[in-house]
Amino acid sequence: MAVTVSIPTILRTHTAGEKSVEASGSTVAEVIENLEANHGGLKSRLVKEGALHRFVNVYVNDEDVRFAGGLEAAVKDGDTVTILPAVAGGA
Amino acid sequence: MLVIRRDLVDAMVAHARRDHPDEACGVIAGPEGSDQPERFIPMVNAARSPTFYEFESGDLLRLYRDMAARDEVPVVVYHSHTATEAYPSRTDVSYASEPDAHYVLVSTREPDEHEFRSYRIVDGEVTEEPIEVVESYMFAHTGADDVPDTV
Repeated sequence: MAVTVSIPTILRTHTAGEKSVEASGSTVAEVIENLEANHGGLKSRLVKEGALHRFVNVYVNDEDVRFAGGLEAAVKDGDTVTILPAVAGGA
Repeated sequence: MLVIRRDLVDAMVAHARRDHPDEACGVIAGPEGSDQPERFIPMVNAARSPTFYEFESGDLLRLYRDMAARDEVPVVVYHSHTATEAYPSRTDVSYASEPDAHYVLVSTREPDEHEFRSYRIVDGEVTEEPIEVVESYMFAHTGADDVPDTV
């Protein structure tokens, strides 16, 4: 299952500056494992204690995976996985 | 240093006043590599809170796709503090993940005057920077009489 993963600016240090990379897997968790194998250091920026880090949003195509099974969300051949840091804060 | 057009500053302050006492938030996009804020994009604060702001996740995806299609980056990421000073909170710093962006804070705690400041936030470290407000980018940095405005 080949997917395209869109990488945000802050994580491009792990992908030699590439904005998007290819990865494989049938779930988001498998895609992240595959990313880690090729771009070491990414996994710890995305996953904490077995769940997606709260500072990070991951989408499969147009869907935020938090509303679609989290790390177990299904990924199909040709899908686009987009990683975006949450934009948030507060007084 | 943040160099920014006056109309964009006015738009941020107006947005902050409009949403007060909730925090207002948004982005000013600009061409990648230009460091020049141009396209004002007010965002909905999904938290609708006086002490927290967050871009809704679907809005966030559409925003970044739209910027990518235009070869833009978020040059400015702004939000308001409605009861505290215009300085990044611990929460602001923990979420900050655009190392190339100018993080602008507008404080609306005083009804008649606003505080408007800009920061870089990189690897959890906050550095305040000067702001130069210009009428037009075309005439910025043109001569000795081009005295930086402050807000």
